[in-house]
Amino acid sequence: MIETRQTGRLIAHFLLIVAVIAMGFPLYYTFIASTHTSSEILSPPLSMLPGSNIAGAYGLALTKGASSAGNVSMTLMLWNSLVMALAIAIGKIVISMLSAYAIVFFRFPLRLVCFWMIFITLMLPVEVRIVPTYQVIVSLGLLDTYAGLTVPLMASATATFLFRQFFLTIPDELVEAARLDGAGAMRFFKDILLPLSRTNIAALFVVTFIYGWTQYLWPLLVTTDPAMGTIIVALKKMVNFSDADTPWDAVMATAILALLPPVAVIVGMQKLFVKGLVETEK
Amino acid sequence: MERRAIFPNKKLPYLLVAPQMAITLVFFFWPAGQAVRQSLYQEDPFGLSVTFAGLANFHRIFADPNYLYSLQVTFIFAIGVTVMTMIPALLLAALIDRVVKGKLVYQTLLIWPYALAPAVAGILWLFMFNPGMGTLAMLIRSTGYNWDPSLNGTQAMLLVMVSAAWKQVSYNFLFFLAGMQAIPKSFIEAAAIDGAGPMRRFWTIIMPLISPTTFFLLVVNMVYAFFDTFGLIHAVTAGGPGKDTETLVLKVYNDGYVNLNMGGSSAQSVVLMVIVISLTIFQFKYVERRVHYS
Amino acid sequence: MAQVELRNVRKTYPGSAAEVIKGVDVSVGDGEFLVLLGPSGCGKSTLLRMVAGLESISSGDAVIDGKTVNQLEPKDRNIAMVFQNYALYPHMSVFDNMAYGLKVAGLPKAEIAQRVGEAAEMLELTPYLERKPRALSGGQRQRVAMGRAIVRKPAAFLFDEPLSNLDAKLRTSMRMQIKQLQRRLGVTSLYVTHDQVEAMTLADRIMILNQGVVEQIGTPMEVYSQPASLFVAAFIGAPGMNFMDGTVSGGGHAVTLKTGEVLSLGSGAVASAQDGREVTLGIRPEHFALTPEGDGAHLTLTADYIEQLGADTLVHGKFGTGMLVVRVAGERSVAEGDKLALTATPEHLHLFDRESGRRIG
Repeated sequence: MIETRQTGRLIAHFLLIVAVIAMGFPLYYTFIASTHTSSEILSPPLSMLPGSNIAGAYGLALTKGASSAGNVSMTLMLWNSLVMALAIAIGKIVISMLSAYAIVFFRFPLRLVCFWMIFITLMLPVEVRIVPTYQVIVSLGLLDTYAGLTVPLMASATATFLFRQFFLTIPDELVEAARLDGAGAMRFFKDILLPLSRTNIAALFVVTFIYGWTQYLWPLLVTTDPAMGTIIVALKKMVNFSDADTPWDAVMATAILALLPPVAVIVGMQKLFVKGLVETEK
Repeated sequence: MERRAIFPNKKLPYLLVAPQMAITLVFFFWPAGQAVRQSLYQEDPFGLSVTFAGLANFHRIFADPNYLYSLQVTFIFAIGVTVMTMIPALLLAALIDRVVKGKLVYQTLLIWPYALAPAVAGILWLFMFNPGMGTLAMLIRSTGYNWDPSLNGTQAMLLVMVSAAWKQVSYNFLFFLAGMQAIPKSFIEAAAIDGAGPMRRFWTIIMPLISPTTFFLLVVNMVYAFFDTFGLIHAVTAGGPGKDTETLVLKVYNDGYVNLNMGGSSAQSVVLMVIVISLTIFQFKYVERRVHYS
Repeated sequence: MAQVELRNVRKTYPGSAAEVIKGVDVSVGDGEFLVLLGPSGCGKSTLLRMVAGLESISSGDAVIDGKTVNQLEPKDRNIAMVFQNYALYPHMSVFDNMAYGLKVAGLPKAEIAQRVGEAAEMLELTPYLERKPRALSGGQRQRVAMGRAIVRKPAAFLFDEPLSNLDAKLRTSMRMQIKQLQRRLGVTSLYVTHDQVEAMTLADRIMILNQGVVEQIGTPMEVYSQPASLFVAAFIGAPGMNFMDGTVSGGGHAVTLKTGEVLSLGSGAVASAQDGREVTLGIRPEHFALTPEGDGAHLTLTADYIEQLGADTLVHGKFGTGMLVVRVAGERSVAEGDKLALTATPEHLHLFDRESGRRIG
């Protein structure tokens, strides 16, 4: 019995290691490519060991980019992506927390209307309203602005529901004790609710940061100036097979730069990430 | 869903919901309403006049072989991605649930692709399988097989499906794992005492108990394949070759944003809305059950 | 220190026709300890929360220290409340939990520290001031909740079943502490409980509520020995009072039971005009006496089930068509099937109107 269990475990380990390699190979391949020169990349098979062009590839990406992406430096694109991801994460958290607070801790005539309006946004992702949303952005003059890139993505039903769910678990007596202690609504929010929500906020931050960073269709729609793009849109523009001058070393480096920050966030804050991911879906 | 202790303020709550309501109205409800409105109107090619067209736009798209083809492409893609995602994810979750050592390391090394934008995920696979420079493409071609996803629609579909599934496995894996870890150990032990081996326990105890998670993921993966993979397909094949990987969202984008056919693309948007709404309602009905289960 | 008064207080929840509090009048004197006692759902907590300002008052007035407080926010009523689950702020230390109300009120830091220090000393919480509530035992948490009330130096303490989350042993010792503390501070207190032992031991006066109506307000001994209604008679005392149906007879001097026995009412006689009135007769288990066989015994009980508690023994037995419980001294041996001859001392008989359930005489 014990024998078979150990064998079973060994097989499990073996299969997991195979899976880890399979999952990781595309990343490894791209990383290796990003250390070789463009001509090495264009003459497969690629060596599976790091090359010597690492400084050249990343240097080119971070300073000049590629002509198909408007020759903007990836430093700027990384900055835009960071601004976008941070603004969306913070904005989403602030906005959803406030509205969840209103819906859970107050009674007002339009409360249920608000609740359902937020719920319905779940059913209206950007993908189903591409053109009219673009028209709104244009008529508000938000094309090629950080506001246009971020504000429309800040309303979030899932984040609001997560906070609502959490707020509902706060015992009534805690609210009453605070009221007896003389705390008004905003004071209660600041002194009690906010500190108690810390882990939820952190978990949600991780998930929404990744959400913001990985946006593609939205920046594609609302930016026309290459300097306002995000690194992911820039990467897509750089991948150009019809142009013989495409600097493939810089493209590979850009791919690594585009995925590194969110991967680092997930790996570094895995616990919070898993919590945020699993709980927003409850 | 109601709580007893509340604050008596009358105006404050409106102030608190105002930001979310403003964004929701301006960027969600207004455009959605516009989409529905535009889907009922016909615009002349120069954009000079619009006339009410009733359901003509809908009749047209459903009579359009290109649209029907896109519908077919989307369903094949969605089913392919769902299957290719869920089976490996389930297997990995079951494996990791069995090992004792190194759980967290394995988990980390399996979930990181979640952090990738779908477009980036697609591009990584494109690097490997592009016939011009991909080492793996070269390996396939060296066997004599004519691999060129830029010309062969089936191969292109396979490439976007695999890369879309590869990215989505991490998400499914986490939820399967959470579902399995929520099963009380006593169930498994009881089955073991009853003489059920690991495979039997998996099929008779674990699978039925995580079936709510399975249904949930089924819906999530459909939504993912329908909508979130826009970037991936756009970056890898741009819908080609021909229209062999042009999913519905890609078609809306091409018709409306690129080719400026307002009425037609709005009607397509409305069809997409109906699809999301059905999926969401289905999921929420089912989420109720999930709550009871836990 | 202050009086707390309720004047014809009523409560109806919005959207519901049923009144949950049906006109309560009570005046709690300065420094008095009033216990609100009743079964769950009787409205006692609602009443307390109306005093606190956590529930609105549908009609009538709550008056604290001579001031009508109906429209005041809880914080402005000069009261402090101890909750059943303590409601401690989980992310704050013991010190901060006690200090929070004072901080909100804007008291100077030095005074806050002094007040919290004093309260902690009194409650033996000084070593725990830096701990978070989750690192405390149930009893310690309860004391922090008390401390939070004390530091505010309120006009009145409101307790909402503060001991019901504790185990039996701790409950007894906390009961004593609460009583001593209240004596020492002399703060008017309203205390809600469903536990009659708590009510009897803590209260200066007990108010017994039943379905939103005050059944009786009186000292513990009054509600025990002069229950105003069948409800009170049944609720107070363990095991509960025995009830038998009968008719007033002998010109108001006796009761004839359905089973035929005649019990003299002695000094508790009622007017002769009451003859023939249908009544329920109540006798507490401890108010029976065993008499030697044949000595003019009035009731005969067949012992059916015996519970030996040590100091005394409870004998359950058939009488007529019903059951009676009798408490006898522990050393008295009784066996199942024994026939016991019982008398009841006339001054311990309780008569209630069969219809209204109110006390007669």
